[in-house]
Amino acid sequence: MTALLSLDRVSKRFRGLLAVDAVSFDVPEGVIFAVIGPNGAGKTTLFNMIAGAMAPDDGAIAFAGQAINGLTSDAVCRRGIARTFQLVRPFPALSVEDNVIVGALLHHRDVGAARERALAVLRRLDLFDKRNQIAATLTLPDRKRLEVARALATEPKLLLLDEVMAGLRPTETDRMVATLREINRESGLTILLIEHVMRAVMALAARVLVLDHGVAIAAGAPEDVVRDPAVVRSYLGTEAL
Amino acid sequence: MGLGVYLNVAVAGVLTGLVYGLMALGLSVIFGVVRVVNFAHGEMMSIAMYIAVVLFSSFHLDPLVMLVPIAAVMFVFGYALQAGLINPFITRPEHSQFLLVVALAIIIVNALLIIFGPDARTVQTSYAYDSFEIGPVIVDASKAYAAAAAIVVTVALFAFFRFTLIGKAIRACADNYTGALVVGLNVNRLYALTFALGAACVGAAGTMMTLITDVTPALGPGYTLLAFVIVITGGLGSMPGALVGGVLIGLTEALAGLLFTPSAKSMFAFGILVLVLLFRPQGILGRRLT
Amino acid sequence: MAAMIARLTNGLSRRALGLLAALLAVLLAAPWIANDYLLTVLIVILYLAYTGQAWNIMMGFAGQLSLGHAIYAGLGAYIPAVLFTRYGIGPWVGFLAAIPIAALCGAIIGFLAFRFGVAGVYFAILTIAFAEFARIGFDHLTIVNASAGLFLPVAQLSHNDLWRLRGSPTMFYYVILAATVIALILSRLLLRSRMGYFWLAIREDEQAARAAGIDTFRYKMYAVMISAAVTSFAGVFYAFFYNNLFPEQVFNISRSIEMILGPIIGGIGTLFGPILGAFVLTGLAESVTSALAAFGVDLPGAKQIFYGICLLLVVVALPEGIWPWLARRLGVAERKR
Repeated sequence: MTALLSLDRVSKRFRGLLAVDAVSFDVPEGVIFAVIGPNGAGKTTLFNMIAGAMAPDDGAIAFAGQAINGLTSDAVCRRGIARTFQLVRPFPALSVEDNVIVGALLHHRDVGAARERALAVLRRLDLFDKRNQIAATLTLPDRKRLEVARALATEPKLLLLDEVMAGLRPTETDRMVATLREINRESGLTILLIEHVMRAVMALAARVLVLDHGVAIAAGAPEDVVRDPAVVRSYLGTEAL
Repeated sequence: MGLGVYLNVAVAGVLTGLVYGLMALGLSVIFGVVRVVNFAHGEMMSIAMYIAVVLFSSFHLDPLVMLVPIAAVMFVFGYALQAGLINPFITRPEHSQFLLVVALAIIIVNALLIIFGPDARTVQTSYAYDSFEIGPVIVDASKAYAAAAAIVVTVALFAFFRFTLIGKAIRACADNYTGALVVGLNVNRLYALTFALGAACVGAAGTMMTLITDVTPALGPGYTLLAFVIVITGGLGSMPGALVGGVLIGLTEALAGLLFTPSAKSMFAFGILVLVLLFRPQGILGRRLT
Repeated sequence: MAAMIARLTNGLSRRALGLLAALLAVLLAAPWIANDYLLTVLIVILYLAYTGQAWNIMMGFAGQLSLGHAIYAGLGAYIPAVLFTRYGIGPWVGFLAAIPIAALCGAIIGFLAFRFGVAGVYFAILTIAFAEFARIGFDHLTIVNASAGLFLPVAQLSHNDLWRLRGSPTMFYYVILAATVIALILSRLLLRSRMGYFWLAIREDEQAARAAGIDTFRYKMYAVMISAAVTSFAGVFYAFFYNNLFPEQVFNISRSIEMILGPIIGGIGTLFGPILGAFVLTGLAESVTSALAAFGVDLPGAKQIFYGICLLLVVVALPEGIWPWLARRLGVAERKR
């Protein structure tokens, strides 16, 4: 089975710094795939390249068999990849409902139909009761859910989540994990997430990729990866071994 | 037309450009540090120009002599403006700040119109029609003096920022607002001081400008736009850039006025602005802001 | 018809509709109630309400600050005027000719700005530069009589000629009233359309909008072009009402600033903001000049200072504009957009 998303020796340089160094991996369809690694490992840069926010200097990114490196972020979204931001960016003055309608309008040209779709997504993410609230007044966990809702409304085949658990308390994390698991199980949506919160990674991911200083140092099932000496060393230092 | 005419016009343009440069320097200082897009810049210059005109016509005080006092007055005005009106707006969105200054500009222009009327005023010094001959070039005495004064003020300003403690503090604020706060600098006071310095520059430039051109209230908005063209062309945040831009624009204007019609000379300034915004938005000497 | 009205008024409370209907009734009856002077003032108010609404499409909805909107009104004024004085072509046909040219002008400015990443205040400066360019350019253009001015023949007709826009102030009043109502309806329709949602998204956070799949360049271009086209009609009205055009006045930055004062004071991005702003601003300005005149004081520039002070007060004290504040008081707060 060909992978939904395929990276082949992707690199990105910032002046002198090699942020991402010839990283290659495949994300099979329907899988929840996590990218982890210490701070500064290049995870968000990798994400930004997949999402079209920046172009890779080397290498190729293919989605559903077609090359997407170099496409703008809106073109990437239209191809079927939706993303959330590490520092959430809802449309502050718009209501929760309107925020999600914007996403739904991508594939539903009629505003009425888009609204239906948006409300369905809101129900799914437990935000239906807050649909008329202004986004700027939401709490952080709700804003994160809103961001995911808006992304889901664009009917993606691949969802990119950038540290969506950051700042959430354990109960909120569990809630988000449960929702994501459900969505993945019911619709087969492929999810690629960057995460620091190991609790979420272990609970969600079927496969994990570990980055350190821009290099992929381990890949595989979560239980195996966390025991990998190279991974332990990168997170905790040589002493921890 | 012989080469001599071109040369004379070009020199006149460069000299005027140096005064423009001083005016733009004020804007560069204000924008570079306080980050306020001072849309009332040209209007502030008009105030200085009218003060110079009034002092000359009532007391026969030569603008060259009044340079420092008028600059001082504008200094105070600028300080009050920043401290009283603009500082509270630092945290507001960009549009708000901008519109605030636009409102001020409108008020100033029309206040000048009401007080002084639309007719042009001039400063006719004793040396108004003198000129020097330097080789093949004939140089206007007033322009030469004005340019010389502009250079002196500019050098003084550079020295201030380079060598004094306050100057360094201001540069620190510009580089890193939060860092400056953390280190204990009173940023609001420094902002007010910077705006005051920018206003003083404009005051000096305005005083000098009365030696070169007639004064009407309508000049204000024109100078504001010119200042922006110069600063953007020369490079935002670059003080030498403001001077380079000023000379460039002064030169272009003068030559355009000669080759085409004088009234169309502003069109060239705008043409340059559009080209710069499109192809080299950081300006000639500016640093690319990420 | 009923369905269409229902769609338009969906979301407005009973109270809001009532107020709206009352206002419309008063405005329709105005020529019978008001004297000549007041009628002229109302025409100015509606003119500013119209242009404010047109400008609002670009700024309030799509978030692009234009300070050179006079260029679109100017093109809308000169093109039909020249066609009329030289070739006898009626203003409505002239308007049809002006629309694509104004839209093209907007497209050029938009393209240059958006392709090259010129945004925010720099975009505003770019728009000013273009308007100034037009002002100086037209000042030297012989076909429009350059700085000497273009004059339309004023015929003394006993009846109103709507086709050629020659007639009494009452006729012009109803023309601008109709235009303003149409602009209002158009704005409302646009705002609730797919494009309207995209505009709001772009206004709020352009990068996030792109991440949601919106081609922001295209929609910003639409906003600029539509705003330009709508504004151009104001020019047509201006030309045929005042019958004289001078580039110095028509393209002047003061015209651009007058256009934005209404929406800013009334409330950018709201539906009724520009109209309220126009009423408040012009109403007060005229009162001030009348009061001054009563004391025998004639100050050119007094009105402008007044505008400046109003702008200052609104920016400092009521940044959202008067309408949101008023709407809350009246209990007709628009559903927050």
